[in-house]
Amino acid sequence: MATVVIPTPLRKFTNQTAKLQISADTVGGIIEELTRNFPDLKKHLLDDQGKVRSFVNIFAGDEDIRDLQQEKTAVEESTIISIVPAIAGGISF
Amino acid sequence: MSDLLTTAIPGFREKLTALQSQIGNTPLFEVRQLFRKKNVSLYAKQEWAQLSGSVKARAAYAIFRDAIYKGLLGNGKTLLDATSGNTGIAYAWLGKALGIPVTLCLPENASEERKEILKSVGAGLILTSRFEGTDGAQELARSLAENDPERYFYADQYKNDNNWKAHYYGTAVEIIEKVPGITHFVAGLGTTGTFVGTGRRLKKYNPQIQVISLQPDNPLHGLEGWKHLETAVVPQIYDPGLADRNLEIGTEESWQMIREARDKEGLILSPSSAANLAGAIRVASGLDEGIVVTVLPDNGDKYGEILKKILR
Repeated sequence: MATVVIPTPLRKFTNQTAKLQISADTVGGIIEELTRNFPDLKKHLLDDQGKVRSFVNIFAGDEDIRDLQQEKTAVEESTIISIVPAIAGGISF
Repeated sequence: MSDLLTTAIPGFREKLTALQSQIGNTPLFEVRQLFRKKNVSLYAKQEWAQLSGSVKARAAYAIFRDAIYKGLLGNGKTLLDATSGNTGIAYAWLGKALGIPVTLCLPENASEERKEILKSVGAGLILTSRFEGTDGAQELARSLAENDPERYFYADQYKNDNNWKAHYYGTAVEIIEKVPGITHFVAGLGTTGTFVGTGRRLKKYNPQIQVISLQPDNPLHGLEGWKHLETAVVPQIYDPGLADRNLEIGTEESWQMIREARDKEGLILSPSSAANLAGAIRVASGLDEGIVVTVLPDNGDKYGEILKKILR
């Protein structure tokens, strides 16, 4: 059961929920479950190929998943997954 | 304007006058390579050609000037506001020149490059949660000002009428002087000061002029300075009845425009400038005749971390 932190701009699409508990083995699995439960989130997080949009930052703990194994990054019970709004220069590739 | 200056707190008058000569009067660039169509012209105002390198010099100067005139600044108080970008840099430059301290609330995930620029100009920084964007920074700034009104003057660029007025009396007038036949004005929405102030004045000059606002197409966009109004705190200075149309611009679309503007026009643009240009080209492409004007809020100078990846 990883904890997913939803940033303020996306809470409109999660019934104003700020934190969610989701079971999955990888970050990709978490995103899949998240967008299955809240379908309106999908177009904001993923591109047409189903990849995380290049300006959307997802962190596992303090690390950007692009510096780990991207969507294949393993998730443990205690992992906190954060979706972080991009602002100037805050974008990672 | 001269009335305000003559009544400003003694000592600030000369400083304000000297600074005013460095605000506004920016060049109007005719876009000729990225867009070409018979009977349709496209111009972009190069707003980086003024103090602090961005359009925000206009609003920041107007805010400082009005507050000094009213005795709200220049009395030992610190100017406080929430900003992740250009307004903060403009405040810091002006504060340094005027000898007025500046403290800024900004999200912790602002780039290191941006934080270093702000610190180098002497601004005090208070970092806010990376999950809340500029809305969270606004909330903290408001709370700090309420709890310590003797220490802070809360500039509140999202609510301060001097923001849009700087464009009403400045940007719009400059556009009318250069291209009196303007038919369309296109600009993105952030604090909404540029769009509201310029749009209002242009409508007063000629009600037939169409004003088109631009917004990001995604709440988690990468267009620095822009707001996705559907999911963000709507600035109080925003006038929802002003725009004739609103268009959505994608972050990837802006990145593509950064590449094309470099290759075809020799311009190194910021993401928001490229987004404005993309929107203006979209509007111009749909016309049989007309003159379209947009603004380029800043160039790529402060976006090294992003641009080296977009342009590689």
